[in-house]
Amino acid sequence: MSDQPLFSPRNPWFSASVGVTAAIAVLAAIAGLIWLPLAQPDLKLSGIWDAICSAAGVPRVSSQGNAIQSDFKTSNVVMTSEMLTKPNQVSIGRGATLAQRCAICHGPQGVSDANSPNLAGQYAAVTYKELNDFKTGARVNVVMSPFAATMSNQDMLDVAAYYSYLPRVPSGNLDPKLAAPQIVTTGAPMRNIAPCGSCHGDIDNKAGSPWLGGQSAVYIKAQLQAFAAGTRRNDISQQMRNIARQMTAEEIDQVARYYEAQP
Amino acid sequence: MLINKRLISAHFWLAFIVFGVALVLGAWQMFVRSPLNAWHFNPEFYYRSVTAHGSAMGYVFPTLVAMGFGYAITESALEKPLVGRRWAWAGFFLVAVGAVVAMIPVSVGLASVLYTFYPPMIGNPFYYIGVVMVVVGSWIWVALMSINMAIWKRENPDKPVPLAMFANVAGSYLWGWTAVGAALEIIFQILPVALGLKSTIDAGLARVFFSWTLHAIVYFWLMPTYIAYYTIFPRAIGGRLYSDAMARISFILFVVVAMPIGVHHLFADPQVGAGFKFMHSVFTGLVALPTLLTVFTICASAEIASRLRGGRGAFGWVRALPWQNPIMLATALSLVMLGFGGAGGLINMSYQLDASVHNTQWITGHFHLIFGGAIVIMYFAIAYDLWPHLTGRALESFGLMRAQLWLWFIGMIVTTFPWHYVGILGMPRRMAFYDYANPAISPQAFSVAMSAVGGFILLISGVLFLIVLVRGQWAASSEAGAYRFSVPLHMPARIPAAMNSFGLWLALMIGLTVVNYGYPIAQLMVLKETNVPAVYVGASR
Repeated sequence: MSDQPLFSPRNPWFSASVGVTAAIAVLAAIAGLIWLPLAQPDLKLSGIWDAICSAAGVPRVSSQGNAIQSDFKTSNVVMTSEMLTKPNQVSIGRGATLAQRCAICHGPQGVSDANSPNLAGQYAAVTYKELNDFKTGARVNVVMSPFAATMSNQDMLDVAAYYSYLPRVPSGNLDPKLAAPQIVTTGAPMRNIAPCGSCHGDIDNKAGSPWLGGQSAVYIKAQLQAFAAGTRRNDISQQMRNIARQMTAEEIDQVARYYEAQP
Repeated sequence: MLINKRLISAHFWLAFIVFGVALVLGAWQMFVRSPLNAWHFNPEFYYRSVTAHGSAMGYVFPTLVAMGFGYAITESALEKPLVGRRWAWAGFFLVAVGAVVAMIPVSVGLASVLYTFYPPMIGNPFYYIGVVMVVVGSWIWVALMSINMAIWKRENPDKPVPLAMFANVAGSYLWGWTAVGAALEIIFQILPVALGLKSTIDAGLARVFFSWTLHAIVYFWLMPTYIAYYTIFPRAIGGRLYSDAMARISFILFVVVAMPIGVHHLFADPQVGAGFKFMHSVFTGLVALPTLLTVFTICASAEIASRLRGGRGAFGWVRALPWQNPIMLATALSLVMLGFGGAGGLINMSYQLDASVHNTQWITGHFHLIFGGAIVIMYFAIAYDLWPHLTGRALESFGLMRAQLWLWFIGMIVTTFPWHYVGILGMPRRMAFYDYANPAISPQAFSVAMSAVGGFILLISGVLFLIVLVRGQWAASSEAGAYRFSVPLHMPARIPAAMNSFGLWLALMIGLTVVNYGYPIAQLMVLKETNVPAVYVGASR
């Protein structure tokens, strides 16, 4: 059709189409690989080449030096769902002896009316984690901290195994007919609160979450308030602090009474 | 002049049978996951059905329509018999057998991986082999379209390639190149794992390869629709095409920029750098250009037809259009759906706006509105227009056709608008079950029920469509004459070589692919740490 060869810079169709396409590609590359990354101060880029590498997706070793150090002790227990689920008899026996000194508050059978936690039937991993956190200072309590300070790792494992071996005993306020509050069954999605039951039983149990049935309402309420106020902070990744801060005082009362009435 | 009518009819009939089956599955899926259905089925059946629906509607149905329509265009626009008739039949049988080979493992639950494959999920190898057969069958068509155009150009060195053929070949080249991404993914990544030769797969790389195919495949589906806009619509309403050059430029733009943009499907994926995501976003924005050109040209062509019929005034001419004509109606309804779908598409391609709709039902609503709505309604129009020429019998049920087209439009709007809405509310896609009793989800129940109703309206419309075609097979014989395409307002006597050939545009398409995909693919291929264990679907648990 046309006399001029198509693939020639003198053909206006060739020069215009290749030129425009290349110009758009180059401009898009400059904007996407250089300008936009440099416009983001959070990326902390050292220069143009760094910006290009970052925007092109070159794998980079993240700098460890800038990690923010916490100004308080955090829990050093690594929870897994298999943890301490296979107790041995020797450990339980040793734990029974060691638990004599716990009985004054937690009761000879792991249950008491002193508004301290009922430990009978509690998951071993939970009891172990709390003892360990008291020992390291991640959780602080005037009564418990001195007790835990002198316990060895084996002592804590044994006491935890013993209490998980004891049968659960319902509290004096047992009322299985009490309807579950909404926060327990469905949570509050708009406030980013998962249902309590999705970790603490009822719906599912997640590693490290204590069994709450039959716990003292006073104790549950005090702990939720401590999480909300930030005076208790041994929960991993602020799981409970984030929830407790979003809960209303009424909801805290409701869940405390509800869990106390459960078996 | 249609010579190989049996070949063309076979493609269209198989396409519409597959469409009918997949439509039933689609309506069932809408129903079972809506609050209209009590929860009493195995969710595995839902994923089986989604895989079958997606594979049939995404790979088999539009491919067969494009192939059949392509053969019809070759013979009627070039006015000579198709070269390579035996190869064309071979391609048809590859697609047909491939569809069956793929659907057997899906229907027995061995390949519920959805039509986008989703590695590291791995299904039965025969599912992938079937899909490859479909693609290879369609590549035969790609080659035949190219060969037929080349032969015609050699025989007619001084004439421009007819617009319909030019556009048809543009569509075939686009498909030929864009299918390469998924083919690489299946052949080099998925099949070795599915056959048990490897047990790990680079899921990120696989998704990048699939994005190469996944976006431009939509433009391949769109091609028959745009060809119908430009070359059937103006003739069918008694007008002329406003501009032949504008049409060619639109199709050329599709060839060049429709393909290297797929990474906008991976905005939420970590394996591609943000800079490349931005570049793909820019080119995705450019694809709006040929669509805007098309909408302008088609509206101008409609205005020409209307003024020829006596239409007056700035807007009064709209009323004078032949609204009784099914092609007029289908095109208008298609453009409305294209408008809404296109606006949604601009939201999806924006990096920030996408974040709020990514992987929600908004996306499912979007592609059903564009593909199921704007595109498929023109497939109906193509069938209505072409049928009398294939069967030698007139289609006379115009009332039924209009009812069918209206029902399809209404059904698609009722289905997809609530679908978009629940997506904004945060409803995720690809899930068999939603607990509507949950207070966080219950506000979505009404909208989901509404879109299920839309699904049934679409099913009724689909049944009506098949009734019209079947009635056409038994109507009285009547000679429909030669099949012709629209004549442009000004017939170009000479056009530049660039607008009459594809070499330059294919070079730009491949060049842009290298620029936009080269580094992300090369990097993932080099990194060995990106492999993950395969998850075999349908294996005994």
